[in-house]
This record gives sequence, C-alpha cells and structure tokens, in this order.
Amino acid sequence: MQIRLYRNCQVEQEGEVWFALVKFVSARNKDESNQRLCRTNRTNNTMGATASKLPKDQLSEYQELTFLTKQEILLAHKRFNELLEREDRQQIGGSRVPMNKILTLPELKSNPFRRRICQVFSTSDLRDGSLSFEDFLDLLSAFSDSATLEIKSHYAFRIFDFDDDGTLDTGDLEKLVNCLTGEMDNTRLTSEEMKQLINNILEESDIDKDGTVNLSEFQHVISRSPDFVSSFKIVL
Amino acid sequence: HIFCSSKNPHEESMSEGERARLMEEVEEKKKLIANIRNKPWRMKRRLKHLKEAQLFVDKFEGALGKGKGRKLYAYKVMMMKKWIKFQRDFENFKTACIPWERKIKEVESHFGSSVASYFIFLRWMYGMNLVLFSLTFGLVVIPEVLMGLPYGSIPRKTVPREEQDTAMDYSVLTDFNGYCKYSVLFYGYYNNQRTIGFLKFRLPLSYLMVGIGTFGYSLMVVIRTMAKNADVGGGDGEDSEFTFAWKMFTSWDYLIGNAETADNKYASITTSFKESIVDEQENQKDENIHLRRFLRVLANFLITCTLGGSGYLIYFVVKRSQEFANRDDLGWYEKNELEIIMSLLGLVGPMLFETIAELEEYHPRIALKWQLGRIFALFLGNLYTFLLALFDEVNAKLEEEKDIKNASIWFMKEYFANFTANNPNETGTPPPIEPADVIRGPCWETTVGIEFVKLTISDIQVTYLTILIGDFLRALIVRFLNYCWCWDLEAGWPSYGEFDISGNVLGLVFNQGMIWMGSFYAPGLVGINVLRLLTSMYYQCWAVMACNVPHERVFKASKSNNFYMGLLLLILFLSLLPVVYTIMSLPPSFDCGPFSGKERMFDVIIETIELDLPSFLGTLFSYAANPGLIIPAILLMVLAIYYLNSVSEAYKNANNELKKKMQMARDEEKNRRNNKDSTNQVMKDLEDLLPNRSNLPPPEEKKDKPDERKPKVKPGAAGNAVNLQKDVSLASVNPNARGPVTQAPGPRAPGPGNSRGRGQGPPPRH
Repeated sequence: MQIRLYRNCQVEQEGEVWFALVKFVSARNKDESNQRLCRTNRTNNTMGATASKLPKDQLSEYQELTFLTKQEILLAHKRFNELLEREDRQQIGGSRVPMNKILTLPELKSNPFRRRICQVFSTSDLRDGSLSFEDFLDLLSAFSDSATLEIKSHYAFRIFDFDDDGTLDTGDLEKLVNCLTGEMDNTRLTSEEMKQLINNILEESDIDKDGTVNLSEFQHVISRSPDFVSSFKIVL
Repeated sequence: HIFCSSKNPHEESMSEGERARLMEEVEEKKKLIANIRNKPWRMKRRLKHLKEAQLFVDKFEGALGKGKGRKLYAYKVMMMKKWIKFQRDFENFKTACIPWERKIKEVESHFGSSVASYFIFLRWMYGMNLVLFSLTFGLVVIPEVLMGLPYGSIPRKTVPREEQDTAMDYSVLTDFNGYCKYSVLFYGYYNNQRTIGFLKFRLPLSYLMVGIGTFGYSLMVVIRTMAKNADVGGGDGEDSEFTFAWKMFTSWDYLIGNAETADNKYASITTSFKESIVDEQENQKDENIHLRRFLRVLANFLITCTLGGSGYLIYFVVKRSQEFANRDDLGWYEKNELEIIMSLLGLVGPMLFETIAELEEYHPRIALKWQLGRIFALFLGNLYTFLLALFDEVNAKLEEEKDIKNASIWFMKEYFANFTANNPNETGTPPPIEPADVIRGPCWETTVGIEFVKLTISDIQVTYLTILIGDFLRALIVRFLNYCWCWDLEAGWPSYGEFDISGNVLGLVFNQGMIWMGSFYAPGLVGINVLRLLTSMYYQCWAVMACNVPHERVFKASKSNNFYMGLLLLILFLSLLPVVYTIMSLPPSFDCGPFSGKERMFDVIIETIELDLPSFLGTLFSYAANPGLIIPAILLMVLAIYYLNSVSEAYKNANNELKKKMQMARDEEKNRRNNKDSTNQVMKDLEDLLPNRSNLPPPEEKKDKPDERKPKVKPGAAGNAVNLQKDVSLASVNPNARGPVTQAPGPRAPGPGNSRGRGQGPPPRH
C-alpha cells in the first residue's frame, strides 16, 4: 500500500483515515511486486530449493552481447526466475514464461504497448508472446540506457507495426493512437479527429508518399526527436 | 566469412602476405565482437556469431603469436584482452557506485521522466560539489589544520578579548560570529606563512590555485555535460518539424510503472492530440490584436517595475544592515532582515510574475519560457544588487582598515616606548602582547564570506520551510479536512500541489552560483552545500512521493536539459566575475588571511615563480604575459571560431542537399517501379525536351492503370488519395503514357496508324 497523501478521488472508508494517518509517519513505499519478491524469496528458502544461478561464462557472454551491465543481468535473472513456475527454475535456459505472467511485471503493467512488446521480442514458434530468458535480456537491452538510437528505433518500429507487415499503414497508426489515448471511451478521439491526425502524421513523415511509413522514414523522423531516447527506456 | 583453413596454422613459415591477411581477418572479427550488441538480431543469432568469431580469433591469434619475433604481438594481444576486461569491470563498478538509483527509479515510475530529471540533476550537482569539497578540504583546510599554527597562537586565529565572553552564545554562533568567525570556515583564519610544516606546503599558493581550480573544474564538467546532451539530442531540429509524428511515436514514457500516472499520461496525450488538431485547423484568430499587444506591453512594463522595485529594496536593506552593524541592540528581525527580504522576494516574485503573465495569453510553452526568463532576471538582479551593496561595504572597510593600521602601528610604538620607559635597563624586545588583545583590522574578506554563508543558510531554511508548508501541510489539510468541508478540496481549490520542476531547478542553479561566489572567501561553504544537497535529496524525494500529484500537462524534460545547463554555465561566468575582480584589484587585508601583507592577491604566484621555480621558467612566463603575444593568440582563437562556424554551415547545407537527393531518388525509384511518368517537375521538364515518342509501342490497356493503383490507395488516407487521383488524371491525359511492364511486350504495332488519340477507348489487345 502506497503511503501517499493524495489519492485518485476514490471514496475511502472512515477507518482508513486513521489507519493512513498512523502509517503515514513511517513512510515506507512498498509496492506489490516488492511484497511478492519477499514472499517468494522466503518460500524459496523454506523449500530448500535454490534458484538457478547464472554460470559465469554465460554472464560474460551476455555482457558482450547486450548493453546491460553485470548487475542488471543478474537482476534480470532474479526477476525472471520469480516469474517461472517452480519446476522450471532449475533450467532457466530453456523455459519460457507465458505472456500473461510477463505482463504482471510492474514495469510493463501500465504500458499501453505491453502486448506488442512481448510479441516483438518473443522467439517462440507458437507466436504466443512467451519469452525465454534470452528474449527477456534482448528486451531489457533494447530498452536500456546505453542502447543506440538505431536499435531503439528499429524495435520501436516493430512494436508499432501492429500487423507485422513491415510498414506502418493507416490501420497501424489508428491502433497506435487508440493505445495512446487509453481504454476509456471519453478519452478516445472521434473518427474525424483520427483521420485528421493520421493525415498530418503521414504528411510529416511519409517522404515517398506511398501512404505508409517504412523503416527508414520512421528512423529519419525519430532521429530528429530529442525525447525519444530518454523516454524509450525500461529499467528493472 | 571464415578464413579457409587449408593451410596448417601452425606452420611457422607463413608468408608476409598471408600474415597480413590473417591479421586483417582477426581484426575484422574482433570488431564484429565489439559491435555485436549494436545489431538488431535475436540473441540466438548473436550468440552463434559471437561464438564463431571468438573461436576464430582464439585459433588464429595463437598462431600469429607463435614463432620467432612474434612474442611482441602475443604480448600486445594479451594486454589488450586484460585492458578490455578491466574496462568492463570498471564500468560495472562505476555503475554500482551511483547512489540513489532505486529512489530515482521510484520517482520516475510515478511521475514520469520530467520530474525525475530534476533529481538526476540534483545528483549530478551533488557529485560536482563533492569533488569541489574534496579539493578544498584536502588542499586547503587539512594542511592548515594539521600543519599550521593552532587556534589562539596568533591574533587572526583568536577571538578578541572584548568578544570572548559572548563567543559561545548560540545567537552569536548562528550569526557566524564568535568562535565560528575565527575558524577554518572563513578566509581570515588562514596564515600567510609562505611554507608550512615539514613538507614545505605552500598554503597561500594552494589557496589561490584551489579557488581558481574550482571554477576551472566546474567549467569543464558543465561543458562536457552540455556537449553530451547536445549529442544525444540529435542537434536542434526545428520545433515544429515533426510535431504530430513525435507526439505519436515518442510521447509515451516507458518508465511509467504506476496505473494512476499512466491514466494521467493518457489524459494528457489525448489533450495534446486534440489541441494540436485544433491548432492546425484553426485559422488565425482575428481577435483584437491591438488590445493584445497593449496588454502585453502593459504586462512587461509592470514586470520591469517589479524587478526595479525589488532591486531597490535589496539595496536599501543592505544599506540598513550596514547601519545596524554599528548598533548593538538588535532584535532577531533586524539582524536577519537582509536574508529574509531576499528569500521573500525569491518566493513572491515568481508568483507575481505568473499572475501578471495571465494578461499576456501566450501559448503555455512560450509562457513558460517567458516565466523562466523573468525569474532568472529577478534572481540575477537581486544577486548583483546584493553584490554591489556588499562592495560598498568592502570599500568602507578598506578605508577603516587604513585607520586601524595606523592605529595599531601607533599602539606598538607606544607599547615599546612604555616598556623601555618602565624598564630602562633592559634593552631586549618587549614580551609579546596576548593575541587576544591585539588591535584587529576589519578583515573584509571574512565579512563577505559570512554574508554568503548566512545567505545560503537562510536560502536552505526557506526552501525546506516552503516544502513543509506549501506541500506537506497543504496535502494534510486537503486530505483530512476534506471530510468536513463544504466543497471538494481535492478536486477544486487548493487540491494537491504539483512538483514545480523549473522553480526547483532554478533554485538549485542559483544556489550553486552563490556557492561559487562565496567559496573563495569561506572555504567551509562548499562543505555546507554538500550537506545541503544530501539532505535535499532525501527530503525532496520523500516530499514528492508523499505530497505531490503527477502533472496534468506534461512538459518534456530532455530538450530543456541543455537549457538548464546553459543557465548553469551563465551563472558560472557571472559568479566568476566578482571573484576575479577582487583577486585582481582589491588589496587583501593586512592582518588576516593567506595573502595578508601583499599588495594584490595574485602576488603569491609571482612570488612562487621567482622563488620556487627555476629561473628560466620565470623569464618564460614574463614573455608569455607580454601583450604582444596575448593579442595574436586572441586573434587566432577568433579566427578559429569563425572557421569552425563556416564549416558547420557547410555541413548543414550538405545535409539539406542529401535530404533532397534522397527524396528525389525515392520518387524516381517509385516511378520506375510503377513505370508511370515522373511527377517530379524537374524530370517532367526534361522529358518534354525529349523527341516525340509516337514511335514507341502504343500504350497498354488503360483500364489497368486505375486498377493497378487501387491497392496503393489506403482507405483512410484521404489526403493521399487526392494526390493519387491527381497522378492518375495526369497520367491519363498524357497520350504517351506507358502501361506497367507486367505484361510481356507484344509485337510492335506498325507505325503511327495504330496509335490512339487522347483517351479514345482501349487500345487493341495483343
């Protein structure tokens, strides 16, 4: 439970006021995933089973291959472990975590593109968005602080390409806008606004005027943006 | 490709050509390994390539290293490997050392990257101040404490007799008088001995060098950070170049990890979409432009008045504080009047500016820029007025000093005369006077240092109080009083506060300016600042998480990063000026500080050059300081700036040309693909110059063309459909249009007889 004074305009019960006041003095921010972390750790220890450790040579290989530092890789390993079923934990290399479990990560939970992210980074043959540990590392590496603009724009393009056809056409752009404006009906754009918006976007970015934005046009637009690199970031 | 291993790699007699080729291959593989993370491949593929490349490198590097005389190569390779490993470990270590990552990440996930950028800036400042502190502490304070004379041994280090009974009082200490004044915190404590201790440490020289080095280091760090930010930002694209595309593709902040913040973000994105659509559609508002202009002029006039008024108020208050200094019966308010007034102005001024700015009706982003500019002018004006008033005080003290100098010499003569008069038989020197009894000069540097320290402390107090009252108390009241209040305090006024990023950043920047100005006269000031930044971090993180709501309108942080750095740079220069001026032109006090007894403070350097360095260096410096050398150097630098400027212009032009070429190439390629006439006007003009094309094969089925084009027209892209309609109509008007080359060319029709006129039915099928 977050210890914050403000709340999202929800009606609270009377008792909670005093409860909140008392807890308020000892402001400790615990969010759910942390609690879950503690619990699973404890159960792990009582079970006597040790989570599988990452062998050193693999660790150094991953350092070569990704933009992550050693601590980040180890943290990713730990978090990935918790998402796995208990029986898969020993063999972290081969097992996959289903998409709905990945989406419970707090870093992805509130992201409007979370499903696309899982699908883009997944190498599963079933195309079900499940991620193996290496896919997970790929994800974190692309979203890390030190990833280059090319990598980020490449993956951003793939994430925005909802129908996976290699270009961003009107359907993709429409879905994109709907993702960005949220799920509620009162926040969606009307269809004229949508049309106007998509027109404007295509006018700005579509250099060859074929009605779609392909990868190089996208990269051209993105490379001029000062905010892209700093906002396209996920840190565990 | 893998080098074909048909040759035995262990053969020692490899020809030179083969060696060179092999080395090249190895280098290539090594480069691949270094860059492999940049490739957007899947991990599996990367792993495979990495393993292959590593195997290759290992196998053939060993081979290259064997044999006579190749030991150097093997050694070099081994050192390179060790170096890379060391670098990587060092990077890991550096990342582990960065403090407060968790905290900042927490703030980021709740409030987005713009609020977090303030905390990142705060952390950066903390790092810089830590370095400055260690410089000052290590090279100035510690030597004086360890190797210099202790407290009480010489007059400058002792509290005067008159003040000794009040020296420990709390009120005196909070004013930084009493024992505080005669401690390492301030300039006056330091002795002017040329070398101290058995290490022969040159304290005055080190004091001056550290003072200048503070500015040098800060300058270097700020410029390096600015350059890095400019790099990442991708240069300065025009603001309105890609507004919609950027809003679409880059507006989501992936660091948000909290549902509430995400909701806010959705709302703000929607609002910004709707607004920009409306902006595009709206014509110029034909509002009363004269009224608007008049209001804007009025607003600027009011604000200039406010600025002038605040400047005068500060001047007045400083003058009053000088009068107060001579009285003894001061209440708490009179003693701290100056600091209170300055802090109040800093609080009230921005609010006033915001209210007046309502008259102007600018777009929010422009209004923000104006607001920041005005706050900047306010703070700067205040600071410089304060400095000017302080200068007056310094001059007055210098006058006073002359009198006291004469008085103390007179006193010494009298004392000596008295002594010889009373003891006519002894001819030795009289016993030294107690340090506490010696007449003291006014020591203007310590006074200046005390003023800056008091200002900093009061600034800290005001900031913390503001957060406590303005944010915390407000949030408490809104949350708990809401149950028994007539209107909804949370939804309406006053509601919870938003974190004021620009106000806080400006506060930080100006605080740093004061530190830079004051640290030469009060070496302890940097230590106080380090403590302040440390506590600020924890305090503000707690306050923002507990009492603030995420912003409704989100302002981008990244583009303004360099703006704040630029501000910091400006402040750095402005704080450099007074310090350099005093070093160069004001005479140091005769009885306190490390430069006492000299004509000017920088005489220390000249003294060191004469006495400590070999003589040829002295002549070298005297040549270098010759104006005949300096002026050409300045001219050279001006020319270099001009040259670099024109080179960058040339690059910009080349960039534009390439963009145009790219566009033309794309158009041409598309046209070639569709085999229709070029819509590019240039090419069309050229085509018209070509000979008549009636000898060419007759146009293919005209019906194909609209069909061919249909799949390209997406249903929703109304704008593009219009263009394509135009294309189609153009094509059909042109009689020589060739159909797409999808059908095999039929037999040539005999001469012009078969060619059709304009749009007269379908040509004969072949």
